[in-house]
Amino acid sequence: MSMPFYVSPEQVMKDRADYARKGIARGRSLVALEYADGIALVAENPSGTLHKISEIYDRIGFAGVGKYNEFEMLKIAGIRHADVRGYSYSREDVTARALANGYAQTLGQVFTHEMKPYEVEILVAQVGEHEGEPNEMFHILYDGTVMDEHGFTVLGGQAEAISDQLKANYSDGLDAGAAVRLGVKSLGSPDHREIAADQLEVAVLDRNRPRRKFRRLDDDEVTALLAAG
Amino acid sequence: MTDQPLPTFAPGFDPGPSFFELLRRMAPDALPGANLPLAAPGSVPSAGPGPSTLSIPHGTTIVCLKYADGVIMAGDRRATEGYTIASRRMEKVSPCDHWSAMAISGAAGPGMEIVRLLQTELEHYEKVEGEPLSLEGKANKLAQMIRSNLPAAMQGMVVVPLFCGFDLRRGEGRLFKYDVTGGRYEEAEFATTGSGGVHARNWIKAGYRPGLARDEAVDLGLLALFQAADEDSATGGPDLVRRLFPTVAVVDRDGYVKLADDDVERRSTELLSSGRSPS
Repeated sequence: MSMPFYVSPEQVMKDRADYARKGIARGRSLVALEYADGIALVAENPSGTLHKISEIYDRIGFAGVGKYNEFEMLKIAGIRHADVRGYSYSREDVTARALANGYAQTLGQVFTHEMKPYEVEILVAQVGEHEGEPNEMFHILYDGTVMDEHGFTVLGGQAEAISDQLKANYSDGLDAGAAVRLGVKSLGSPDHREIAADQLEVAVLDRNRPRRKFRRLDDDEVTALLAAG
Repeated sequence: MTDQPLPTFAPGFDPGPSFFELLRRMAPDALPGANLPLAAPGSVPSAGPGPSTLSIPHGTTIVCLKYADGVIMAGDRRATEGYTIASRRMEKVSPCDHWSAMAISGAAGPGMEIVRLLQTELEHYEKVEGEPLSLEGKANKLAQMIRSNLPAAMQGMVVVPLFCGFDLRRGEGRLFKYDVTGGRYEEAEFATTGSGGVHARNWIKAGYRPGLARDEAVDLGLLALFQAADEDSATGGPDLVRRLFPTVAVVDRDGYVKLADDDVERRSTELLSSGRSPS
């Protein structure tokens, strides 16, 4: 009987993490910024139909980078969680925190128990209902690590470079246009590119909207916003 | 129930984009009509003519008619429990999503459950798929839900809705009526249901012509409801003391709009003083 080689748990985890990180780094990045009326989500995405950014519930949005089929599956699981909860209790009982915990559990389990970890990083963002009620942004990594973010956050392979750019230019209370322009500029900053509107996917969680705060901006709107700056 | 980790399904059991199917798998007890007490079909007299002997609130008259740019839906505000008035302020017309509306008559409890279920169903589909269902798809989905309520209907909890919406692909308003078995019938001009529906129908029939203007259609709907209330004890008329008037909604290319209370009040009082309505 042959003996399997001994591999230390540290090594197993490190290999998995490296594998997941490599997968995530292959795709384009995404930024989320708080602005005066809510949260803006800006992603580089050449496809107009395969979305990285989606609506989960009234005040909650979802964004994912990495492997499309994996974060799409997580998105649907999130919508299911939110809709069943909202239907059995009430709409206001659906919170980003509970959802982020669910994601963390799921990703953590997959990371330790499955053959292959998910190659994704996701964001659960919730806009405050009225002025003064804080927004919430939970950034969740491939291994289930949850980070509670404020101001802005970056998902994806070039996160550090983009983050530096945002740190230098971000301020509280930006208007929607300025927030989107800053997001787009930061996404292009690591390799000094200008990203065209048709290569972008932009959505906002706007607290001034009636019930469903999530709104996707079409190419024309994005073009107009970029030109206004 | 929904606690962590998030719900996942084996390939053959995935509910797809349907919330109804999802609920059936995750929380079947939360479905309308779940946990019905067993009774032989017909042993409880069902909603025939006259008030149901089952002591649960019933919603009464609703009307729906097409006009030049869309559809109008209106309902009186009364719910009855046998010969008692259960509510004077019931809202029977609800938006299903941005481009459709439904109104319920019959057993109020299961009816409102079905409204909530359909609202969630349509939004769920839209979020999962990234685009809304077609109007035809929405109407069919409602038919399935009514059909699933059939066991409850057999025990007297009949729900008969009207459904309408603006079909963006065809560029026109459309309306549908249903029977208890989930039968779905598209109507070309107008439809009414509920205990006062027959009376309301006759008044609409007398005043209707294709291509009515929005205001004309709203006034015709209100008139029909007032006339129905005059003939049917279970339909609520305009309540001038409490200032309660019917719920009226309009669905056109721009979506669902509920008419403001003071707008309906103004129209109602004008109608009452015009000599066209009873009283």
